[in-house]
Amino acid sequence: MAEGIRDKVAILGMGCTKFDEHWEKNSSDLLLEAFQECLEDAGIVKNDIQAAWVGNHLDEINIGKGGYYLSGALHLPMIGVTRVDNFCASGTEAFRNASYAVAAGAYDLVLAVGIEKLKDTGYGGLPDSPIFGQFASLIGPNATAPGFFAQLATGYAAKYDIPMDKIKEAITHISWKSHQNGAMNPRAHLRRPVSKEQIMGSPYVAYPLGLFDCCGVSDGSAMAIITTPEIAAKMKPNQDIVKVKSLQISVSSGEESMYNEWDGAGTFTTRIASRKAYEEAGIENPREEIDLMEVHDCFSITEMVTMEDLHISPPGQAPEDVLNGFYDLDGEVPCQTDGGLKCFGHPIGASGLRMIYEVYNQLLQRWPEERLVKGAKKGLTHNLGGIPTQNICSVAILGKD
Amino acid sequence: MIGISLYGGYVPRYRMDRMTVFGAMGWLNPATMMNAAGEKAVANFDEDSITMASAAGIDCLEDFDRREIDGVYLATTTAPFKERQNANIVAGALCLEDGIRTADFAGSLKSGTSALLSAVEHVGFHGNSNILVSASDCRLGKMGSVQEMFFGDAAAAFLVSDKDVVAEYKGSYSASYDFVDHLRGANSKYDRQWEERWVRDLGYESFIPEAIEGICRKYNLTPDDFSKIIYPCCYPGARKKINKKMGVEADKIQDDLQTVVGDSGAAHSLLMLASALENAEPGEKLLLIGYGNGYDALYFEVTENIKKLNNRSKVSACLSRRAELDKYTKYLIWRGMAPADVGMRGEEDKLTRWSLVWRNRKGIQGLQGVKCNSCGTQQYPPQRVCVNPECGAIDDFEPVYLAGKGGKIFSYTSDMLASSINPPAIYGNIDINGGGRALMDFTDCSLDDLAVGKEVNFSLRIKLYDEKRDTTFYFWKAVPASGEVS
Repeated sequence: MAEGIRDKVAILGMGCTKFDEHWEKNSSDLLLEAFQECLEDAGIVKNDIQAAWVGNHLDEINIGKGGYYLSGALHLPMIGVTRVDNFCASGTEAFRNASYAVAAGAYDLVLAVGIEKLKDTGYGGLPDSPIFGQFASLIGPNATAPGFFAQLATGYAAKYDIPMDKIKEAITHISWKSHQNGAMNPRAHLRRPVSKEQIMGSPYVAYPLGLFDCCGVSDGSAMAIITTPEIAAKMKPNQDIVKVKSLQISVSSGEESMYNEWDGAGTFTTRIASRKAYEEAGIENPREEIDLMEVHDCFSITEMVTMEDLHISPPGQAPEDVLNGFYDLDGEVPCQTDGGLKCFGHPIGASGLRMIYEVYNQLLQRWPEERLVKGAKKGLTHNLGGIPTQNICSVAILGKD
Repeated sequence: MIGISLYGGYVPRYRMDRMTVFGAMGWLNPATMMNAAGEKAVANFDEDSITMASAAGIDCLEDFDRREIDGVYLATTTAPFKERQNANIVAGALCLEDGIRTADFAGSLKSGTSALLSAVEHVGFHGNSNILVSASDCRLGKMGSVQEMFFGDAAAAFLVSDKDVVAEYKGSYSASYDFVDHLRGANSKYDRQWEERWVRDLGYESFIPEAIEGICRKYNLTPDDFSKIIYPCCYPGARKKINKKMGVEADKIQDDLQTVVGDSGAAHSLLMLASALENAEPGEKLLLIGYGNGYDALYFEVTENIKKLNNRSKVSACLSRRAELDKYTKYLIWRGMAPADVGMRGEEDKLTRWSLVWRNRKGIQGLQGVKCNSCGTQQYPPQRVCVNPECGAIDDFEPVYLAGKGGKIFSYTSDMLASSINPPAIYGNIDINGGGRALMDFTDCSLDDLAVGKEVNFSLRIKLYDEKRDTTFYFWKAVPASGEVS
């Protein structure tokens, strides 16, 4: 009987660059920057690393394919390096693969990397590419990410018969809150607090989403050194050890896009992955037991529906919880304490590891008072890649004992 | 008995007031004021002769059994492809069987009537057969030209058969002349014409009467024997002269739709015929003239079957579905007459991989889906493993033609980031009637026309145009069903 990943691996160290429009930096510069922080935090040297996984989704302009780019940029000691791509879950997927390798006993010191440099396309938004293959592009709409996710709003409004104005009010609060948090974070891409009026009045990108409902498109890298809890305890006798409590991935089956059962007001995959993650972590009441979350707020509406999909807000109640400040920094379950994708930025392959970086540092209580979640013991990260009807969801839960 | 058993038409939703054209271009050619009455039908940015011919074919066939059709003849002078049969694409859109005959009729504005005659002859020769004839045109005049004023975009389609004939074919009379009034070289985008007096006085005013006299002489008839005489000629003065010369009253002359559609080229006589059939009574004789480099005159007699048709208001239904195109510049960009900045996102490569399209042709061209024999779930695109999580049957499906089914809006948006020559890009999830869901582009609508649950129809449209390789790729879009759209 499979036992899952709970308490089998620990994070020894992490690094993360500032996410930004890094016009003057190559992907290799970003990797090196995060790597140096990561090695220093872990207290190891390059040649101690036994294997690496690198998560990267769209950026073949800089990275190309396969594992070489990472190995060649850092001159790793000819170890196994695997490039993994699972849309916006790529970073968490790299982390999951690396964790499994340690849990399996194949290695005891591995590197999980997320990297993406999106700003070499010459235009705003994500690069246009046939992410579901050429056939899907031929029969799919002339669409962009905001338009795909915007439909969660029309779907949600129809399911719960909630006026669009109310949804707009809730998602405005979501973006406002992320800007408040991001403004305090020196590594965040967008660091300007904005008023609710500015958010509400911003031009439409895809109805009903305005400019401020969309996350930043950024360049960046984040990474982690993963080891066994025993080695971590031996190497770091004077600090808490952050362990992996669960790692789950759920991938759409085509049911949402082709069958008629899906409700359009959230994602099946998040509902499934989170349920499995709570079970793996031994969490019975997530609304009470999760201390902070970093979720995939590619768009404000995605964050809103995710609060229900993660089984934190009851169905139809996310707008109320959001507007009541339940997910604010000083709320019951702070969400996006680092600014989220919205303000920290979203270099796709790096985002999952950036979220883990935030939770890891919160659990170790390393952040300044103003944005610290005091006494946090369990944190959740969530990625949602693809589009609401065809996606990859990852949920990771980290904790310290 | 051989003749027309079903008919249909298509007029694009957008109409441009000719004064809008004059307002923009009258400074260049003030004389076009003479032709600035009424409005012209303008194909949407994602329409061309193939999509309009397909729409007319769908309008004509309704739920006629596609397996009974033996061929498709397409008539147009504005075919998107010189090589790659255009009629084949229309046949694909109608989800017809593979074992059929297809042909393009081109090169002259009389190609519409020539295709109709060929269909009659095919059915006459083979018997027990059905040929769909679709004629469509989307011609361009240069900015400020008289042709720009005259021309409109439209299509018409007929099912020619020896069963359930509503208008029996009785005979024809043709002549062929290399009479060059209008012409377009193989590489020209815009129509050229010789002096208008020649086009009008020597052209229409001598050849149309010649056609009428010829067919009357051949079959021992007089113009008075016809309830309607249908001929194209966009000069009102010339029409009066022709009618006077033939001694026929104006009420016997079918309206030429000039003020509501414009001259739709190869389709025009056929569109007028479809319009005439809306109100025709059994026993009436109709004279149809196709004109261009000579003429084809065909005569039909309406039968009792016409009363059995469920829906006869085909062209008038298209005409009532309209929206104003109030910007001349939009027309220029839709027709590729002026370069538009669509951003660098719009410059990503659009190469169509034909081998991939071939493997998936039924699902792409005809919006063909499948229905699971095991659980009855209808799904799109065609699957080999049933998508119903409770079923999962493998390779146990029958094909279903989804284009005619329509659906309901499940979710939608309007996207300003997507690159388009007609922003915003509007799209959403459609629950297909009968089951299945698909994420599709919407067209012929604005955001205000949409609501969750609203009915849509499916329409074949230009999905993308690959400028680099001059190829058009077609796919289906959702069009809100009601006439309430703005």
